[in-house]
Amino acid sequence: MNHHNHSWTIESKSSLFDLKLNEVWAYRDLLWLLVRRDFVSFYKQTILGPLWFFIQPIFTTIIFTFIFGNLAGISTDGLPKPLFYLAGITAWNYFADCLTKTSTVFRDNAAIFGKVYFPRLIMPLSIVISCLVRFGIQMILFVLALSYYYFTGASFQVTWAIALFPLLILLMALLGLGSGMIISAMTTKYRDLAFLVTFGVQLLMYATTVIYPLSEAINKYPKYAWIIEYNPMTPIIETFRYGFLGEGSFSWVSLAYASGVVLILLVFGIVIFNKVERNFVDTV
Amino acid sequence: MPTAIKVENLSKAYQLGQIGTGTISRDLERWYANIRGKEDPFLKVGESNNQNTKSESNIVWSLKDINFEIEQGDAVGIIGRNGAGKSTLLKILSRVTAPTTGKISGRGRIASLLEVGTGFHPELSGRENIFLNGAILGMRKKEIQRKLEEIVNFAGIERYLDTPVKRYSSGMYVRLAFAVAAHLESEILIVDEVLAVGDAEFQKKCLGKMSDVSKGEGRTVLFVSHNMDAILKLCGTGILLHNGNILSKGNIANVCDQYMTQGIARFITHKVTKYVLSGELYLNYFSVNKSIYSQFEDIEFELELESSSRNKFDCIAIIIYDEQESRVSVLDLRTNQLLEESKISQKIRINGTCNSIGLLPGFYKMGLALGSEICTGDYLDIVGFEVKKNSKSNPSFIEFPKNVIGNLAIDFNFKTVYA
Repeated sequence: MNHHNHSWTIESKSSLFDLKLNEVWAYRDLLWLLVRRDFVSFYKQTILGPLWFFIQPIFTTIIFTFIFGNLAGISTDGLPKPLFYLAGITAWNYFADCLTKTSTVFRDNAAIFGKVYFPRLIMPLSIVISCLVRFGIQMILFVLALSYYYFTGASFQVTWAIALFPLLILLMALLGLGSGMIISAMTTKYRDLAFLVTFGVQLLMYATTVIYPLSEAINKYPKYAWIIEYNPMTPIIETFRYGFLGEGSFSWVSLAYASGVVLILLVFGIVIFNKVERNFVDTV
Repeated sequence: MPTAIKVENLSKAYQLGQIGTGTISRDLERWYANIRGKEDPFLKVGESNNQNTKSESNIVWSLKDINFEIEQGDAVGIIGRNGAGKSTLLKILSRVTAPTTGKISGRGRIASLLEVGTGFHPELSGRENIFLNGAILGMRKKEIQRKLEEIVNFAGIERYLDTPVKRYSSGMYVRLAFAVAAHLESEILIVDEVLAVGDAEFQKKCLGKMSDVSKGEGRTVLFVSHNMDAILKLCGTGILLHNGNILSKGNIANVCDQYMTQGIARFITHKVTKYVLSGELYLNYFSVNKSIYSQFEDIEFELELESSSRNKFDCIAIIIYDEQESRVSVLDLRTNQLLEESKISQKIRINGTCNSIGLLPGFYKMGLALGSEICTGDYLDIVGFEVKKNSKSNPSFIEFPKNVIGNLAIDFNFKTVYA
């Protein structure tokens, strides 16, 4: 009951870096209830429920295997093709989900933001955690595929880098969160940015090593491969593949680089999000 | 009594139109014009404004240097016509938006019922929604658990607790939503117009609950409503806002009296000129031909809209609503020609007639519902007029009282045959 009697002030200016993390903590129950709401409402609205989480990666994997693997004949570093693509898709989906859903957070929640105050950061955080549920389910699919190929004797091996998996999840979540928050803040001013996001994410996938290995890109386009290398998602997916499948270009330097980019985008994202949040209601 | 809320020099400015132009392509165009030293293609210059704006800028002060103090346990009614700044004040107090200048300090948790049912999800059950809604309002899970039975009883939904709320009747929905908010343990409760919903019995229950909250539990209540009866019943003190200033404060009966008698409720006239709708769209004029009509008279209206740049319209309509802010009718002014012409013409002139209006006696206001490239929205409280009782009515009978005559006056003839 202590926090009930605290005194508060509302002022016109707030510090740029006052992230109100103590408030976010005070509202932690809301965070979990929102995650639960997302999951339950998705589950209740569909006949197949969480099975939908499986269908999308399975079909995408099949199509990628046919088109990019067989038809175009792009190398998969000697790994079984479906396994190679599934690894890329699973990781990419998580990042892309976090990014696209966070990027519409102001628009989607305009009604609720206009009526009740709670730390706004709760919303994007709940999105990233909700997506984690879906990612977890898709990881089960990936592990099932992994064990299938293991018992049929395909050539791949799990390496020590699998220990980096939690770090990879964190990096993907924070990268999606940070860039999503930047975009969401900008879409309150520029509505046309919203259209760019879905399209941009799709394009970005081709600049990430989802359907080809980095080694292949460096091989074929040595001049332009830097675009792919500077993309912070590339080291994350490469490490993911290296950990689970034993192939991929892993280096501490590129992983550190990705972490650096993530950190910068995250800090920038939170600051701009907090700035927009204060007066966002006036512009809708 | 100690102070619960102290408001010092509080102001809130809104920018008319947008700070940016809304799209990147336009901002780029503006930027390109700027570097070539040309003038801003989207800036409207040389306009004069009415009371809505200061003439030299597009800034509207929704609240101007407000100062007041509220003591703990007070029930305060906030009164004023649309656009007086009531909602802005409540929004700032409930931290939905930030003030432009000034400071508010206070003690204790604030719960706001700006609109009940915020965050309800139709697919979730009543129980799940109680928890979610409670958490949005700032309750911890344990706290909601403790209050669950009380909330469910108050709302009267015991049997449907595990049914998705999409199957609830609208009455049940509102009852549940109000129940959650009313049971939040807070020192300060902000209520905006909730009594407009629910049936009479439930409204009474809400008023009772709010009265318990302020009188019985010693919590502070801020109440905004157009319902003077409710305000008089519930509140001890009042604050009268007008055009962003405090006109009077103190004993609720005096404040209400001032609001009613000084005609502040009916502040708008039947004619406006140079009325700014947004930074890039304004009304050169908008008027109805009289300020007082008798029933079944014709109303002639005329208006001219001007846009600062080419502005394709997809909707123009006049909204008519009464003093209680409830909508009476909409005059749909869309025509194919209008939509075509608005692509080329920057000025649109419309005049027309409402034939033999069937409005009940009272005060009415007109606003515009606009949809265009530059701006979209409802612009209320532009012009107003009064309707007086038809002189034809038989003076030898006492009139039916207001609460039984319904919503519509009908021009009718009849014969009676006696056999």
